[in-house]
Amino acid sequence: MLVWLGVAALGGLGAVARFALDSAVSQRAGSGFPWGTLAVNLSGAFVLGLLAGADVAGDALLLAGTAALGSYTTFSTWMLEAHRLGEDGELARMWLNLGGSLVAGLAVAALGKAIGGAL
Amino acid sequence: MPVFDPRELAAIFAGGCLGALARAGLSEAIAADPGRWPWATFAVNVVGAALLGYFATRLQERLPPARYRRPFLATGFCGALTTFSTLQVELVRMLDAGHVVLACAYALASMAAGFAAVALATGFTRRVRTVV
Repeated sequence: MLVWLGVAALGGLGAVARFALDSAVSQRAGSGFPWGTLAVNLSGAFVLGLLAGADVAGDALLLAGTAALGSYTTFSTWMLEAHRLGEDGELARMWLNLGGSLVAGLAVAALGKAIGGAL
Repeated sequence: MPVFDPRELAAIFAGGCLGALARAGLSEAIAADPGRWPWATFAVNVVGAALLGYFATRLQERLPPARYRRPFLATGFCGALTTFSTLQVELVRMLDAGHVVLACAYALASMAAGFAAVALATGFTRRVRTVV
């Protein structure tokens, strides 16, 4: 049971960390493209790739991976921001956000996994 | 650096606790296997996208401004219920195991269903006339 208290706490902290980094990046980069969410998602996918490569498993993976990094990164905001770009007629940015996030996310997760495996 | 409101952070933290518990509970209940469709991640991502479309539209366009609803429901709960990192690592594991078709189908279906979920929830929320 104790591990679920950890899941809740780390999940909450992951969400707060996402908000903090997203706010900091968005404030600098402006509102034309959702760089804040991209920065959060790519950094989180990289670190989760590291954990996967290093064969972190069990409760350690549940806490650091599923709870903390899972909450830190977000799929719903990515989709919402892409949808809103499309609504605003920013179709090029919408597709760039969808495709670019997917490809870059795969690349950093694979890179993280390779580095984690070499450690 | 932006200046943060501690109560806003507390609302995000509380929503994040609940979202993470729901997602982690489901992912522990359904074992992951790189050769199979990751139903747990797929389900939380699509459901979370629909909920975020609903909350974001309703709170922004329908209801009088409230300080802590969006941080709690949208940033905290929906943000934490859904995940980008797990999706990407699942895709990398599928590709490493040679399941290229499964990986492509999973990536495209997640994005198509997630986007459609936001669009449908947004449209539905705008059509409902009553401000509840």
